This record gives sequence, structure tokens and C-alpha cells, in this order.
Amino acid sequence: MKSLREFTPARVDLGRTGHSLPTSELLDFQLAHARARDAVHLPLDVHSMLLELKQKNVPCVALASEAGDRFTYLRRPELGRRLNAESRERLTPLKSDYDVAFVIADGLSALAVHRHAAPLLELVLSKLDWKIAPVAVVEQGRVAIGDEIGELLGAKLAVVLIGERPGLSSPDSMGIYLTWQPRAGRTDAERNCISNIRAEGLSYELAAHKLLFLMNESSRLKLSGVLLKERAPLLPDSGV
Amino acid sequence: MAAKIRVITRFRNTVGLPGRLSTRLQPNHPTDDPKGIAASIIDGLMYGSGDAVIGINPVSDNLPTVETLLRMLDHLRESYQIPCQSCVLAHITTQMEAMRRGAPVDLVFQSIAGTQAANAAFGVNIAMLEEARNQALELRRGTVGNNVMYFETGQGSALSANAHHGVDQQTCEARAYGLARHFRPMLVNTVVGFIGPEYLYDGKQILRAGLEDHFCGKLLGLPMGCDICYTNHVEADQDDMDTLLTMLGAAGVNYIMGVPGADDIMLNYQSTSFHDALYLRGIFGLRPAPEFEAWSRTGISACVGFLEA
Repeated sequence: MKSLREFTPARVDLGRTGHSLPTSELLDFQLAHARARDAVHLPLDVHSMLLELKQKNVPCVALASEAGDRFTYLRRPELGRRLNAESRERLTPLKSDYDVAFVIADGLSALAVHRHAAPLLELVLSKLDWKIAPVAVVEQGRVAIGDEIGELLGAKLAVVLIGERPGLSSPDSMGIYLTWQPRAGRTDAERNCISNIRAEGLSYELAAHKLLFLMNESSRLKLSGVLLKERAPLLPDSGV
Repeated sequence: MAAKIRVITRFRNTVGLPGRLSTRLQPNHPTDDPKGIAASIIDGLMYGSGDAVIGINPVSDNLPTVETLLRMLDHLRESYQIPCQSCVLAHITTQMEAMRRGAPVDLVFQSIAGTQAANAAFGVNIAMLEEARNQALELRRGTVGNNVMYFETGQGSALSANAHHGVDQQTCEARAYGLARHFRPMLVNTVVGFIGPEYLYDGKQILRAGLEDHFCGKLLGLPMGCDICYTNHVEADQDDMDTLLTMLGAAGVNYIMGVPGADDIMLNYQSTSFHDALYLRGIFGLRPAPEFEAWSRTGISACVGFLEA
């Protein structure tokens, strides 16, 4: 008889002491919860993000939402969707006619973007011959903040790389949201999403492949959201 | 107060009897892998979980995936003659299409809310719910009763869809129960802590909302259960869940969730575990649904062979 654990990453076959969990399983759960909580409250390391991008010769700019701290961010979602005044001023002189604006935002896991944003972006940029806006690195940002940033920069497309809500076993999962003609007031039905980018989830290669497919299709069809279906052909030798 | 109101429903077993506590076995998997899901189901059955329903939240709303999971559940239940009901919690339109194509649907699931606009945001309306219920009734799959609907709700859903018309979260939630009871559901539960801190900020607010929801549901005649849960960006932990679990046990909740190790690896939130249900049954002297209890004395051990096939 094989262990149930061979079939699923779920917490099966834990054993029991009376009606309760064995101590080791209880401690394991509490450690995982602490890691997920840390990921939610970890501040975005803007300095290191900018340095990493500059080392890869990627122009970038630091911004922040109107939610000044994490507690405000968690309580007031609308503030995380808007830039503060200083950030808006910082973008004004950068306005041009860009094909795409990339945005890196902490979302609910700065850990996720610390780990995955720069490597994924580098991979995507290496395969893209587009006019690209300076990459925005945003503190206390939610997905919709990409709408305002894309609009202020004059970009046709906004691509937001953001930390997803941490699961107990996945504190560092990153998501990507793509919006055609970003402007304030866009709804989630007008976006496309690629989710679960992390070591145990979607690989950088496959995520970049899906993103480039969506970017090209969005640009060709001039739309995004429910009418744009992700039907990227399979990667050769990927097994998926 | 809520403990004085008993709401009893039936499909292949009887849920809500005095002295009983049922569980929804929730065996979700991040890629909808049927074997992975089956492993979690078998683990849960061993702990006496699953008498309210074995209900899978699929990642994908894709019809072939939903049909595959429905057939797997039916095959498992038939193979071991388990007196319980199953459900794949896809969008109701997907379940309706699956029924048209002959898939074995026991309970029809839908998330509902307390305003027409919020239900529209969920992509449902009353006529659609009615049609789905009639489809499920025509299948005549229940053996001891014909309560065929399963609804989930939760405070804040109308507000988050900007469909609350200035009405408070709790009133909107009670309105959802009014809608639910029209369809004589087998199961209704609030997913109380799933919505996030913008709506219920911490453990104390989740505790309050969970007790309110159970009370309002019972008062309106619903077979009320509760997904006692929280996300990782809320100020809450498993101790808060233990508190709400114990209080709802005292309040006579019909059923709670059974998630392996309380960690839902697909929806990324924490609920109650198989162990938690044993704890609650233990301290209040509660037992599973009678038909399921009788089966579990003899039938459980054979299920282990399912994964070998």
C-alpha cells in the first residue's frame, strides 16, 4: 500500500493522537502559517528591486499607492488602486507612446516579486521588440494601479506582475495581469491573468510563453479580458 | 437560540437531526488531478468525514474536467455503497450542461448573494436556479429525500461586487438566505472568513459573523452549516477557528468542512480539518448522519483499495 501522500500535496495521512494532530504536524502547520503571514507583511525592498533591474539594463521608476502602510492597504482596497500625488508627478515627464508598460507591485506577497519579478521580466524582454515604458516598481499596490500607470505613461498595454495572496504552502506565488488600453475604471472582466508562478508551480519559461502569446493577441485584437482566450500552443519538450 | 431550531434535510442520508454533526469533505487539488482528489477523499472517509457531501471545488470550469470529476465521485460512491451525496462546485451553468450530457449530478451547487445585482455578478438569476433544480429533481438520484440544492454565501459578497445599494453586509446576507430557502436546499453554508480583511478584518469579526450567519440561516429555516475559515492576510489564526468551531457546535450547526489538515491547497485558505470534526463530535457527543454512521462501521476500510485500481 502506497502512502496517500504520493498522490497529492494535500495534508493527508497526518496520523492522530486521540482526536488531535500529532505535535510535529501541528508545529509544521504553525510554521507554514507564520511564513505566509510574514510574506503578507514583508515590505517591498524597492531599493534592491531597482538595483536588480538597472543591472539588467532595464529603465525603471519607483512609485507608491495612496495606501501609506500595510494596515491601510489591507483595510482600504481603493487606496491601493491609486497612485499618490508624488508618484503621479514622477510619471508625467516620462509620458510617451509606448507599446507596453510593465508594473511590479507587492500586492499580498512582496516575497513573490522579490523572487520572481526580475528573472521573469528579463526573459520576456529578451523576446520582445516593442517600445517599452520604464518599469514601474510600486509599493502597496493592487492590480488596478496598473490602469493609472499605463494611462499616465501613454501605454497601449499594461502588464502587472504582483504578489498573490499567500497560501499555507505557497508564500511566494506571483501573478500577472494584462490589460489592453489601461485607464482608471477598468474591471477585472477586462483583464487576463496568469497565476501561480513559483518554483513548485508555473515555470518562468511557461509563464513567459503564455504572457507573450497574450500580449501579441491582445495587440492584434485590440482587447483583453474574457474575449481574449489563452490558447497558447504547447511549448516543445515541455510535456504540458 | 439557534440550537433550539432543527432543520432536517435528506438526499441519500439525513442531515441535521438532533445529536448529529455532519461534514462536507472538501478534497480540492491544484490541478484537479482525480487521483490526488481521491487520495484526500479516502483520507477523509477514514476520519468519518463526508456525510453532508463530498464536494470538490474545481480549478477549472471546463466541462470535460467537471464531468471527469463527477464520474470519479460517482464511481467511488457506487463501488463502496457510501450513503452520501456528491457535488462538483463549478458554475451552475456548467453543472446544468453536465446534467444534459448525462453526467451523474447529485447536488447542484451555486454561490448566491442577497441582491439581484450581486447575483448577476455571480452570473445567476432565479429562473436559472429554478431550472437547475428541476433538472436535478428529474434525475431522481436521492434515495431518502429530494433536497437537491447546495448554496454557499458569505457576508460582504454584495459589497465587494458594488451591488449592496448602501445596505449593510449582514442584511444582504440574510436576504441571500431568503433566496436560498425558496429552493428547499440540502445544504447551505456561509464561507465566513474567505472574503478578506476589507470586509471582516480579524478573528473577532469572523467569529461574530459566523454566529450571526448560522443564527439567521436557522431562523429562516435553512439547513445551516459553516465553512469556518480565514485567509492569510486576515488577523486570525487556527485558535480563532477553534473558538468559532466550538461555539457553532454548541449552537447546533448542521455541518462544517473537512479539509485535509485544514489547509486547502487549491483555494489557498484555511478551514477546519477532519481532526477538528472529531474533536467537536467528541466534546458534544455528536454523531454523523445515521445512514453514514451505519455504513462507516463496516464499509470504510475497503475504500483504501480505490487508489490501487
